[in-house]
Formats: sequence, structure tokens, C-alpha cells
Amino acid sequence: MRKTYGDPVADDLRYVVKAVVGEENFVEMYPNKSNNYCCGGGGGFLQSGFPEERRAYGKLKADQILTTKAPYCITPCHNCHAQVHDLSEINDHKWETVHLWTLIGLSMGILGPNEREYLGEDLKEVDVFHPESAM
Amino acid sequence: MADEAIKLGGKKKSVFLDKVKEILPDGGNLNLCLTCGACSSGCPASGLAGMDPRKFLRMAALGMDEEILKSDWKWWCSMCMRCIYVCPMKINIPQLVFNARAMIPREERPKGIVGSCDMALRNDTCSAMGASEEDFQFVVEDVLEEYQESQPEFAEMQAPINKKGAEFFLNQNSREPVTEPDEMVPLWKILHEVGADWTYGTKGWAAENYCMFMADNENWEKIVRTKAKAVDDLGCKVWLNTE
Repeated sequence: MRKTYGDPVADDLRYVVKAVVGEENFVEMYPNKSNNYCCGGGGGFLQSGFPEERRAYGKLKADQILTTKAPYCITPCHNCHAQVHDLSEINDHKWETVHLWTLIGLSMGILGPNEREYLGEDLKEVDVFHPESAM
Repeated sequence: MADEAIKLGGKKKSVFLDKVKEILPDGGNLNLCLTCGACSSGCPASGLAGMDPRKFLRMAALGMDEEILKSDWKWWCSMCMRCIYVCPMKINIPQLVFNARAMIPREERPKGIVGSCDMALRNDTCSAMGASEEDFQFVVEDVLEEYQESQPEFAEMQAPINKKGAEFFLNQNSREPVTEPDEMVPLWKILHEVGADWTYGTKGWAAENYCMFMADNENWEKIVRTKAKAVDDLGCKVWLNTE
């Protein structure tokens, strides 16, 4: 966001997230928007063979997420998803890491049983679309 | 911080800084650093191996090319741009880091990044996981058919491939078609529900570009051009890259 589009687009995305999860369930992290910190998955970090340094880099992000006490963290891209998911793994799996499309699908009631890989136990069985198609 | 004081070696000529200045607009402003430290205080990579963005820039400005070459910190900065965002002089430290990466001989850059870049160059899909045009098309069509049948509300849903004149050309990270194809579906459903006119392309469908991360200028441009050509050849108006 910071790099390419700036805060107005970050606000647009907040509109979407709040519409999907409900205003009362949206927890902001600090700092946020353009002042937020990179999670450390990008720039090739995940492929560069420095896992220890990558996790040390990600500690700031992990602490930000833990401070919110939110059970779900939405990530915008695959680098972020892989990194934030990994950070969760080394923090007693204190949060789930999801793509926005998963929550949009869930809120629209069109999320099937095989599209829930990253939902936690609390949402895995909620409003399953065509449960009989589970594979 | 480093354990030992940094010793400056007299009249060292900096090749690195000059090179970087050449490619920055208006000669760059790398010497305008106020050493305020705003960059370092908000950088998650500060402190890794005793390095931080301000120090990295000062080392370049002082002509410490060898030390910059030696440090792996250039691979631990994710080039997220937060430092330039807060810098009062708008000094482009991420560009400096990018160029430090480019100074390392290709065979000595991190193998994982080099491998992903090389794989993407093998065919026009630009997939860092090496998925071919045929593989991609097969997976997309196979998954689509499965969902059209098992979830009848989506019997009419499409995941078009090479649809000429579509408004949106959508890229897809290789991870989904290769390792978790069901994860493609929620996005298809959303696009279907809103009535979006979109398409994948057998060429240039992969969203990732590791050649950029490894600072391989020639090849990251080649990848971008391959993808842009795929978008143009189909006459699509908007190129959506989800990475």
C-alpha cells in the first residue's frame, strides 16, 4: 500500500474488511497504513535461505499482531501470508492467517468445505456451502 | 551495534555510490542524509548483524564498498520502502540495497532466489515453480469443472483463459495452481458474483517475479515485458497483479 497506492487505498480495504467481519470485530494494529512495518516475507526473504534472520525481522510484526489479541490476521499477498503464518507457528499458533478472499467468501455464504484451509476451528464448520462436496 | 569501531581507510574511492547516483533521477541525493535515524528507528531489519539503514547508507557514502559487499544484510532488508517514506530528505535507501544486491556475482546470490528466477525464465508463463502453459490450463479447467458440478449455484461460473478483450487480466501466484488449487476458487466466485469480465492468460499468468528480488535487471524486465505482452496480446484493459 505504502509503496504503490498510499493510505486512501488502505482505507478502501478497511471498508471491505469491516463490511465482511463487522465493524465490532475489526481490530486495528499500530502503527498502521503507511507507517506500518513490513512483515519480512517480501523482497525474496522467504527464498533467500536465512530463516533465522527472517524470523528476527518478523518479531516486530509478530508482537504487533499479538498486541491486538485478534484471532485472525488478514494478509494481502502470498509472501505476507507465508511469513505471517510462519510467525504464528513459532508463537504457539496464537492467530490464524487468512487471505481476504476466504473471509469475503465466508461472509457471502459461498465458501465450500474445501476452501477453508486457513480458517481456525471456530469458523471451519460455520455456514459451510455444499458440505456434501467435502473432499 | 558493531563490536569494533569502524576504521576509515583514507582516500578510498567509492565505485558503488557513484554507480548508484548515476541511475537515480537528478543524480540522487544520497549525500543529503541528516543522520537523523528516522529510517533505522522504524526498520524491522535494524540490528540484524549490527546493521541498520542509516549505517548502510553512511558506509556507502564513506566508500566502504568492500564491507557492503561482504554484508548479507542486503538480503535481510525487504526493500519495503518505510525508510524512504519517513526520510526528510527522501533518500532512496531501498534502491541502494537493490544495487548492493546487483553487485554480488550471480552465482553467489541466495540460491533459492536465483533458482526461482531461473525457473521463471524457462517458459512464457513466468512461473517461479516452473508450471507450464498446459499444466496451468489443465488445473484451472479441472478445478472449475469440479466446482460447477458440486456447487450448482456456480454452474455458470467461468475461469476464462485467453479471453480476448476481457477487462481484467488476472495474475495468479504459482502456489495455488501447483500446491493448493482449491484456494483459487473463492476469488473466482467473488469475480463471478460481481459480474467481472476477466481472464487468465496461458502466457504470463504467474504473479511472482523473483528476478526482481535478486536484482537481475535484465531478467526482471524480461519477465515484466513477457507478462505485459500477454496482457496486450489479449487486448485487456487492466492488469491485476495480486502480489
